[in-house]
Formats: sequence, structure tokens, C-alpha cells
Amino acid sequence: MNVIDRYLADFEAFAGNGASGAPTWLTQIRQGAIARFAELGFPTTKQEEWRFTSVAPIADRRFLLEHAPRSPLPAPSDLERLCVGVGPRVVFVNGRHAPGLSSGAALPAGVQATSLAAAIGNGVSGDLAREHLARHAGWHDSAFAALNTAFLADGAFVHVPAGVTLEQPLEVLFLSSGRPGADGPTVSHPRSLFVIERGAEAAVVETYAGLGDGVYWTNAVTEIVVREGARAELYRVQREGPQGLQIATTHSRQERDSFLGVHVLTLGAALARHDITTVLAGAGAELILNGLYLLSAAQHADHHTVIDHAQPHCASHEYFNGVLAERAHGVFNGRIVVRPGAQRTDSKQTNNNLLLSTEARADSQPQLEIYADDVKCTHGSTVGPIDETQLYYLRSRGLSAEAARSILTYGFGAEILDRMRRPAVRERLDRLVRERLA
Amino acid sequence: MTGKGNGEAGKVLLAVRDLHASVEGREILKGVDLTVRVGEVHAIMGPNGSGKSTLAQVLAGHPAYTVTAGQVLYEGRDLLAMAPEERAREGVFLAFQYPVAIRGITNAYFLRSAVNAIRKHRGQEELGPVEFMDALEEKLRVIGWDSSYLTRPVNEGFSGGEKKRNEILQLAVLDPKLAILDETDSGLDIDALKTVAQTVDKLRRPDNATVLVTHYYRILTHIQPDVVHVLAAGRIVKSGGKDLALELEEKGYDWLRTEAAVA
Repeated sequence: MNVIDRYLADFEAFAGNGASGAPTWLTQIRQGAIARFAELGFPTTKQEEWRFTSVAPIADRRFLLEHAPRSPLPAPSDLERLCVGVGPRVVFVNGRHAPGLSSGAALPAGVQATSLAAAIGNGVSGDLAREHLARHAGWHDSAFAALNTAFLADGAFVHVPAGVTLEQPLEVLFLSSGRPGADGPTVSHPRSLFVIERGAEAAVVETYAGLGDGVYWTNAVTEIVVREGARAELYRVQREGPQGLQIATTHSRQERDSFLGVHVLTLGAALARHDITTVLAGAGAELILNGLYLLSAAQHADHHTVIDHAQPHCASHEYFNGVLAERAHGVFNGRIVVRPGAQRTDSKQTNNNLLLSTEARADSQPQLEIYADDVKCTHGSTVGPIDETQLYYLRSRGLSAEAARSILTYGFGAEILDRMRRPAVRERLDRLVRERLA
Repeated sequence: MTGKGNGEAGKVLLAVRDLHASVEGREILKGVDLTVRVGEVHAIMGPNGSGKSTLAQVLAGHPAYTVTAGQVLYEGRDLLAMAPEERAREGVFLAFQYPVAIRGITNAYFLRSAVNAIRKHRGQEELGPVEFMDALEEKLRVIGWDSSYLTRPVNEGFSGGEKKRNEILQLAVLDPKLAILDETDSGLDIDALKTVAQTVDKLRRPDNATVLVTHYYRILTHIQPDVVHVLAAGRIVKSGGKDLALELEEKGYDWLRTEAAVA
């Protein structure tokens, strides 16, 4: 059986078993998506968008679909280690909701933070899911998003009603056991939908983590809708296991005068690819896309970002820093599209990469596509070892060469961490970065 | 040469003998001799390209410069054998002509790391963030800054004047025995110059010394030097009292070039 046929057979089994009882609209989306996946197939490095990232470790293996959280469930100490706070949380294990590990404490009235499977089956939230699910993240041109959509079963559903301010960040935790099942490595397709309504204010911490050191694959898709005047922050932390494979799509859509901060911290997985597409779909919207990847050993992480200025008077500020040690390979591709009519766009992009060894590698590609004339767009990228002048400056103030190197390296991370607006989350992630760099 | 700082000649802090140094194979310093005693302020003047900044950087230990001949004794020890951080810990401070920006690291963190590196070397207890901020408050006031400058990344987005003030803040905080100021006065407006000069003047003590590397006379109207040297084509061609600076202000440097060539 070839690769595609295997996934088609898995889909038949899934559609007849785990996915039965789904509403017709969802069944139709799934069927469309599997058909699209069959047409697209897995990408190869001959395709421009995948030039630096081979998905052979995924395409060449057989992954089994998990239907339920596998026991033993993660211990409370695991959750403590992986959560940034003690607030409300929704926990998933191998892609399926684990209610026993979740906690809805302190959620204001009307706010929903639950499993998508539950939301789809419920009248009001079911309508919301139907309105948004798979409407934003483009599965028509991504084999991985198509596959996630075909196997769409569960994930996080967050709905913050109009005008509600969430004081505490909401946590969404996707844990993978990181242990192969009896018949080989497993895959999960977590699917999340976050809708922040008009004038609401919320922060969501979305963490992906592996508990074991075996091979597994996470193929995640998250859609975020930020309605008019709403202010949202997404903290997206990737701590997959050392042999974990992660492909992810994050898609946001912002309406008029909204603010969205997307903070990405990529630490884990042997192979990671994260496609982030942000659409500024209403005038006056502001986006901060702020990411940090810290890689070592033979880790490979590829961030592909698209900022789509579809409307005038929007601002986007993108900053991605990478620190690459040993034989790690970081890839950054930042595309900025300014649509016709998106006048007064203010867009800034930077990608700085620090190479800590001669074998580490970084590829950085900015892509600007500007179809409006009254715009301000700047971009810049750097790849290189620690700056000798900075090193000398610090040493001339009494710091050892080793301490100076460590401070300069941390600076690459701190610059990104400083843009995080929630102090509690920032401090927790700062600790994580320090531990990683120590 | 006289040291008037404490009325009599103090002990020698820095002794530079026949110093030759080159960068990228090009010889810049061609036999510099200089003696600085505690309690003294020396001004090193000279035209552009004479080697003033090279001398300052060689004393601080810039890795791009190679010393090809000569000797530098600091408190009787071989300064050139010491790594830049050892020099700093032993009390040598260079205020950079072009201070370096460092992304992501706040000025407060940077200053505290420097202070603690030096304290640790001296066997003193390291300061925590709160103690450090308390100690810093007064020094900030002296240079006319509020604490907002401390939460900004080191020199990142600072104006030329702000960078120079930041060097002086470091000088005040680190309290070195030998302060070398490399054209700290260039690019400053009158007020900033006054603040910088007053701060440096306030830090003068019988047990420390300052070397001001400058292109202009005006800073010397605020800080009275004990000795003025003229560096030209990699050598000190003339030394004298503060009147020499005034003479240079009036006559420029050309007459010295001729004099040096004749000699």
C-alpha cells in the first residue's frame, strides 16, 4: 500500500468508527479535506516552501491514530512542570480531552474553555464552531492542514464573549505520551479554535509537550478569530520530546481595531515545522508576531510566517530570534503581503540568528509582496556567531568571556521575552529559556 | 611632570614604555611613553589619526590590536599580560568612544553584572537587584537620569549623548583606579559636556587617576588636567602643563608636526 492509500484506509476506519455521530457539516469538511490530502500528497524539498525541510521522517513512517488518551495519564507533577500557572486549563493527552486533568476554576460567566468535541455537540457553541472551524486555516493548499482537518476530532475550544476581560491566562495543554503504542509510533491531530469576541480581552497559553523520548507525530492546527476591538495574546510553547515530530499551522484573523500578540517559543522536537498565517482583515488592526527558537543537537525547526495586510491602516511587527547550537538548523521564512488598497500599512520584520557552533545553520528568507503604494515596510535579518565587539565591551567591564557569551546569548532570548505582556507568563517562559541556555 | 592632586608626586599607577601597536598589520603606535601617578589627570590630545584611540584601546585590551614592542606596567604589574576582564577587575576602566549596543540586556542587568564581577574579584559579597538599585540611585541623579534608562537595553536606541552619559554612569558605578576616557566629550552639547565633566571631576581622588583622550580643548575648561600630552603620528611629541592645551587651542596641531619632524 502506498503512503496516500494508507491514510485513505485510516480515514475510512476513522470515519466509520471514531468520527461517527458528527454533524453533517463536519463530515463534509472531513471528506473534502481527505480528498485534498490525497491530491496534494506530502510535500518534498523540491517544493519552494519546503526547500529546507524534509518531511521524510513523517512520510516514510507508519503512524497510528490514537482514539483515546492512553493510560497511564500524566502525573500531576508533569502538569506542574508544563503549565505556566495555576489558572484554568484544558488538557489533552495524545490529542484527546482529559477532563480529569483539566480545571475550569475561576472562569468568568459565559467564557468557555473546553474540548472542541464537546463544543461541536452543543447547540450554541456548535453553531460557533460551524461558523469558524476550517474556514480560516487553509487546508486547500497544505497537505498537513488537510490531514488534520480530515481527522478533526478534538482539541481546545475557547470562546470569550463580547466585552469580557479574562484576568488570568487560559492554558491549553497538548501532551503526548511520547511512547510508541503496541503497533508502532502514533500521531495526533489536535485541532483548536479560539474566538475572542468584540472588545473582549484574553490571553491563551497553548503548550505542546512530550512526556517520553520515543518517536511520535503531532499534526496540529489552531484557528484564532479576534473580533472588532478585541485584545488577545497567544503564547505558543513547543516542548515536544527529543524524537517528537511536529507539524503545526496557526491561523489568525483579526477584525477592525483589534490587537493580537502571537508569542512563539520553540524548544522541542527533532523536526518541527510551524506555519503561521495572520490576516489583518479589518482596518486599524495591530499584530505583534514575536518568536524565539532555541535549538541544539540535531534539531530542525522551520517557521514559515505570512502576514497578510488585507485592509488599510494596520500595523504588524514581527520579530523572530534563533539561537542555534551544535548541529541544529533553524529556518525562518517571513512573507509579508500588502494587498491592493491596504494603504498606510506599517510593517516591520526582523529575524536574527545566533550560531553557537560552526556546524549550526540558519536560513533566513524575507519575502515582501507589496501591492499598495502608501506603505512603510522594513525587514532585516542576520545570521552569525557572537559579536566580538560586544564580547569585548562586556569583558572590558569585568565580565569573564564565558559570562559575557552567556549574557549575549540570553539577550537574543530576552529581546523576545520582553515583548510578552503578561508578567506571570513572561517570567515562567524566561525561566524556561534560562534553563535551556544554561 | 608634577602631580598636584595631593600636593606631591604620588606613586606611579601606569607606566607605558616605548609602546608599539598595530592593527591589521598597520603600525599605529610607534613608541609611546607615558607615566601616570595617582591623583593626576592627564589629557592626551592630538589630531585625528594620531593614535589616541588606539592607545586607549590597547590599554583596555582590545583583541584587534597587537602590541609589537614595549611595556605597560599598571601598579607595577604587566598590564599587557592581563585579559580585558582582569584589567577591569583590577581597576582599569575605558569609556568607549563608540559604546556598544546590546539587544535584550537591560542596562540595570548589565551594570549589576559588571559591579558583581568586580566585587567578586575583590572578595566582596555580590549585590542583589534591590540593593544594587539603592546604590545606583544617587549615581543616576548625578548624571541627570531617571531609572527609565535602566530598563532599556544597553545603548540600544540611545542617542550619541545618551551613550556617552551611560559610559560615565558605568564609570561612576565601577569606581576604577585608572579611568581612560576616549573622546567622551565629542558629540556632546554644552549641558551634557558639563554633566560629564562634573561627574569625572567629582570622582577625582588622591588614590585614582584619569586619562582624558580628547580632540578638543573645551572639556579641559571643566576638568583641570595636571599634564597635557600631544600625540602625533603614534608618539607623544610634547608634554606640558594645562597651558599647553590652550596653546593647542590657539595654534592647532600643525606647528607640532613640523617640530616633531625636525626633532
